Amino acid sequence: MSIVINHLTFAYTQGGKPLDPTLKDLTFTIEEGSFLGIIGHTGSGKSTFVKHLNGLLPCEKGTVEVDGHDLSQKSERKSVRALVGMVFQYPEYQLFAETVSEDVAFGPRNMKLDEAEVKNRVINAMTMVGLDPEIFSERSPFDLSGGERRRAAIAGVLAMHPKYLVLDEPMAGLDPLGRREILSLLEKLRTESGCTIIMISHSMDDIANHATKVLVLDQGSILMYDTPQNVFSKADELQQIGLSVPSITKICVEMNRRGVPIPVTICTEDAFLNWFREGRQHA
Amino acid sequence: MRDITLGQFVAGNSVIHKLDPRTKIAMMILYIVMTFLVKEIWFMSIPFAYLVMELVFSGISLRYILNSLKPIRFLLIFMFLLNLFFTKGEHVWLDLGFWKLTGEAVLQSCFLSLRIILLVAGASMLTLTTSPIALTDGLEKLLMPLRIFHFPAHELAMMMTIALRFVPTLMDESEKIRNAQMSRGADFESGNVFKRVKSMIPILIPLFVSSFRKADELAIAMESRCYHGGDGRTRMHQLKFRKEDLAAILITLAFLASLILVMVLL
Repeated sequence: MSIVINHLTFAYTQGGKPLDPTLKDLTFTIEEGSFLGIIGHTGSGKSTFVKHLNGLLPCEKGTVEVDGHDLSQKSERKSVRALVGMVFQYPEYQLFAETVSEDVAFGPRNMKLDEAEVKNRVINAMTMVGLDPEIFSERSPFDLSGGERRRAAIAGVLAMHPKYLVLDEPMAGLDPLGRREILSLLEKLRTESGCTIIMISHSMDDIANHATKVLVLDQGSILMYDTPQNVFSKADELQQIGLSVPSITKICVEMNRRGVPIPVTICTEDAFLNWFREGRQHA
Repeated sequence: MRDITLGQFVAGNSVIHKLDPRTKIAMMILYIVMTFLVKEIWFMSIPFAYLVMELVFSGISLRYILNSLKPIRFLLIFMFLLNLFFTKGEHVWLDLGFWKLTGEAVLQSCFLSLRIILLVAGASMLTLTTSPIALTDGLEKLLMPLRIFHFPAHELAMMMTIALRFVPTLMDESEKIRNAQMSRGADFESGNVFKRVKSMIPILIPLFVSSFRKADELAIAMESRCYHGGDGRTRMHQLKFRKEDLAAILITLAFLASLILVMVLL
């Protein structure tokens, strides 16, 4: 099963008239179990695109199918919302309940699960994001620190047990430790529960380190949809649309320019170290 | 939700648009006085003529005026019927036994409806031709004399400006929160009234929290740029009372005077 996007085109309207399309004829497939990184300049349509994945924006032209559910059908949207979890930018601003556990329970309750199951899921989700249920359950979400609040909000989405988890810049405004915690949580979700991750990020390093596929959007069209190695080896093209490459790739490009024959498909530190070790063994 | 615009200002370059906001506020007050002075339906023609004149000079299309009347259409119908039923009169047009349709009732109903229509149309002429910011500027200047009674004129105007400024921001914010809660399976569209009102809580609470946060941030941003209230503050856009303003006021006063004259003489 997978998410199939077929000729998706979308334009916002202003005063009843459609504006220039934000998304132009997107066609591709997100495979189950993958980690898709979406990169693109501000205004390239990243956020607009992900809003189509659970029917927040209607598919007017083209189709989006999640595990066979066609999202242009209004009746399908509700079932898809339980399938596709959505973590927006600054998700901590959506917290509303009196206690953290109540807030996390909001999604599962909307799914009409029985109370025992809801409780179970709340405890699991809170543990998963690193908020000890014993300490945090009864606290007000507004008393938490920024990082804790974000994790509580993410727990609220995880408690719905989504098969696909969409995150729009989940690390924005977090310190390095907070970023690492979120990333390792995503990695754990993918490997342990087989959850497909779709993440928008401006950090090329994070994308290179975690994504299995990278989607590059430019002015609403797909510029590239490939493995991180192949995408980040095209540094010039990325630079042209205002993006960059991971810092380790920048080093490789510079080494190449100075005559060291290092492949520019290297985009993670591990790959760099491997290349280095192999070279040493040869010598 | 996104399409709601506050106020209904239509940008333009007409004589009316260019008038000082204070002039326009004064004109509207005089106009309201006019409509309330009128005691007989035929004299309504004078404020009506004034309104038509304003409309012609401002170049605003009649459609906007009609649109501004739309929200009060039920009130109008209700008022009309109420007066039709409860006004007593001599000239019976139709006798149904329990109720008589009289000429006076019809006249009275028309008269009151016309007054409301003229009032609302006149008030929207002001908001159609004056931007909200200009309006609050004008209001601030007009309320200045009240400061001797410690009335916070500047603060009031600043509050109105900020409130207007934040309407689109909060709209955006509520849209975002709505999306987020909908992604968590919240349902805002089905159920009875109570259920729907209750379903708004997950939107309203985050919205309040973020409004307070924004207010805090704005206060800090203003204070760090040395804002300390209205005393001794100069403005970038000075309001100027020009010849056209004088003319507009005089014309309005002429209308008022002729109305009083006509009513006294006839």
